[in-house]
Amino acid sequence: MVDLLERKLVFVTGKGGVGKTTIAAALAWLAADRGKRTLVCEVDDKGNLADFFETAPTRFEEREIAPRLWAMSMDTEASLKQYLSLQLKLPLVARIGPLAKMFDFVASAAPGVKEIVTVGKLCWEVKEEHYDLIIVDASASGHIVSQLAAPQAINQLVQVGLVRQQTGWMLDILDDPATTGLVVVATPAEMPVNETLELTARLHEETKVDLAAVVVNRVLPELFGRGEEEVFDRLATPEGEERLDALVGGATASLMDAARLTVTMRRARTEHLETLRDAIDPSVPLLYLPYLFFRSHGLRATHQLADALSAELGY
Amino acid sequence: MASRDSQRSGASNAPPDSIEALFAAKEIVIACGSGGVGKTTTAAAAAAMAAVRHGGKVLVVTVDPARRLANALGLDGFGNVEKRVPPEAFKSSGVRPRGELWAAMLDTKQSWDDLVRRHAPDPETVSRILANPLYQNISGKFIQSHDYIAMERLYEIHSEGNFDLIVVDTPPTRNAIDFIEAPQRMAEFFSSRLLRLLIAPYRSRMVNMASRPFYQVADRVLGSQFLQDIAEFFILFQTMYSGFVERARAVERLLRDRRTTFVVVSTLEAAPVREAEFFIQVLTQKKFHLGALVLNKVLPDYLLDDAAEARAARLCDDAAELARTDGLAEFLETDEAQLVRVLAEVGENFRNFAVVARREAGLRRELEGRPDVVVTVPEFDADIHDLPGLLRLGERIWT
Repeated sequence: MVDLLERKLVFVTGKGGVGKTTIAAALAWLAADRGKRTLVCEVDDKGNLADFFETAPTRFEEREIAPRLWAMSMDTEASLKQYLSLQLKLPLVARIGPLAKMFDFVASAAPGVKEIVTVGKLCWEVKEEHYDLIIVDASASGHIVSQLAAPQAINQLVQVGLVRQQTGWMLDILDDPATTGLVVVATPAEMPVNETLELTARLHEETKVDLAAVVVNRVLPELFGRGEEEVFDRLATPEGEERLDALVGGATASLMDAARLTVTMRRARTEHLETLRDAIDPSVPLLYLPYLFFRSHGLRATHQLADALSAELGY
Repeated sequence: MASRDSQRSGASNAPPDSIEALFAAKEIVIACGSGGVGKTTTAAAAAAMAAVRHGGKVLVVTVDPARRLANALGLDGFGNVEKRVPPEAFKSSGVRPRGELWAAMLDTKQSWDDLVRRHAPDPETVSRILANPLYQNISGKFIQSHDYIAMERLYEIHSEGNFDLIVVDTPPTRNAIDFIEAPQRMAEFFSSRLLRLLIAPYRSRMVNMASRPFYQVADRVLGSQFLQDIAEFFILFQTMYSGFVERARAVERLLRDRRTTFVVVSTLEAAPVREAEFFIQVLTQKKFHLGALVLNKVLPDYLLDDAAEARAARLCDDAAELARTDGLAEFLETDEAQLVRVLAEVGENFRNFAVVARREAGLRRELEGRPDVVVTVPEFDADIHDLPGLLRLGERIWT
């Protein structure tokens, strides 16, 4: 298995709500911290990647937001214009005014054009070797396969023309496991685990992109060590609680309830974790990241998750 | 808005003050919110409650249910056709529903094909559209097409008049608001001048394509075969133009109808709350009816108790001292060292979750007061994957 951060292009995906953007931000932060010139690119137009770095909203033009770390957001229109001028060397007339509008229209109407323009820009950055590593906060798991499979789809749809000629080198980049990998983020819950398994199956069927890692986010810590839960169970009896109440000078029932809630939540989640572990190819690294109690958002959370990722990756 | 609702909800002059009242007053309920907040389960639970309590025929249209939930509703392998949840399924909960609960899953591809069959002028056009490679791509793969088709299906079901209440779970969209605007976008798209320009040269062979820079460029980039596929697709689609646009407008009217309401679902985490706020803002601005806000997976209130937190702090700080108390370790059949750990862990755990609960409470304050009805649902211990589970959840939502 190629080391995650030794690749050139890493797509991060996952079901909505699992913390895909946080993980992409943390991976990028870790890579830059380890000396790699890193570009992090937000693909979905939600515009909250910047929140995880406490920086101004990202734009299509990449901007250095920390040492060795650049950030950008995908804009298919801008990307198409860049592509037309750089790759196809089209006359200026084709890139401005009503003609450009026409292109936007074709791009939004013709299936696959938006996807190819997105993937194309990222592959192009890899080809030009502007960065050591590009981390993509990619589309959610429902759409990522169509995006990664776009060059192939275009190959089938478009018989001739320059676009078709462009797909070959993109596929070379996407299909090479030493260059490109997909990271799927899940949480230990039913739907995210199901979606992860469906996605990995589809990825394998419809593309040659390598599954680089599965990140399990928001894992609750085990509350009690060996033998301690039995002690807690005796403490949580009416008589045990009464003794404890007397000791701390007030009711401790809600403390007991909170502990019970944690134990049952952890247990339910462990079940889903096991489903995931059993189904994922054992050669694919599973990285566990803790549930953050104190801050779930912002640069502080990004730092903490980058540290946890670093430990999980064995750095 | 409020005054119109109150006329519908009967004697009281106030707007609906619970999900129960809201569901009694409306015919269509659309659940929306960002991914992972429990939209599907919430929609199914509320629909099940309506069937049990209000009666009539209640349909829940869902997009992507968890497999076990789909099984529980008897939806497995059914897709687009509405199917009744067998009354026996309610028996294990000990309830006898007044009405019927029906469920349907949204099959995007199937729905698009149905739409083409309905609007195309003749069977030949139907088969040409269905066989067009672009059509196959658009209908099957592209997420924007889910938005529109979900609303279109809703219109279709509503206009058949077979159900008293339809609860719709919205598809995951790139932008949560997309599906509201989908009918309008679809209508605009098909009446667009650009579309006509694009396909013009293919309509009339008189135009010399090569003389126009756009087509020259387009041809170089995309290849003429692909351009021709695009053009053919849109020319075919234009035969459905009037039916389609009219339909899209009717869907839009239905979404704005006073019998339709939107329920925003969220958890109390930063990103979903932001999206819910945005949702509420857009619905209000665009004058859709915002019926309720459902807050899911909320931590229990006892975590906000200051006195309990002080005791939790005491357990952490004074664990060693407390563990030395005469007879406590013996009573708990443990040694002092282990007892110190257990006490500290219990205290630490409470303090950890108290931080999260306070953060949640802050976010809840930001959302409250926007719609009249705000419902809080606790974090459930286990996943909900059967009808009894749905009804337990439903009870929490209902009043």
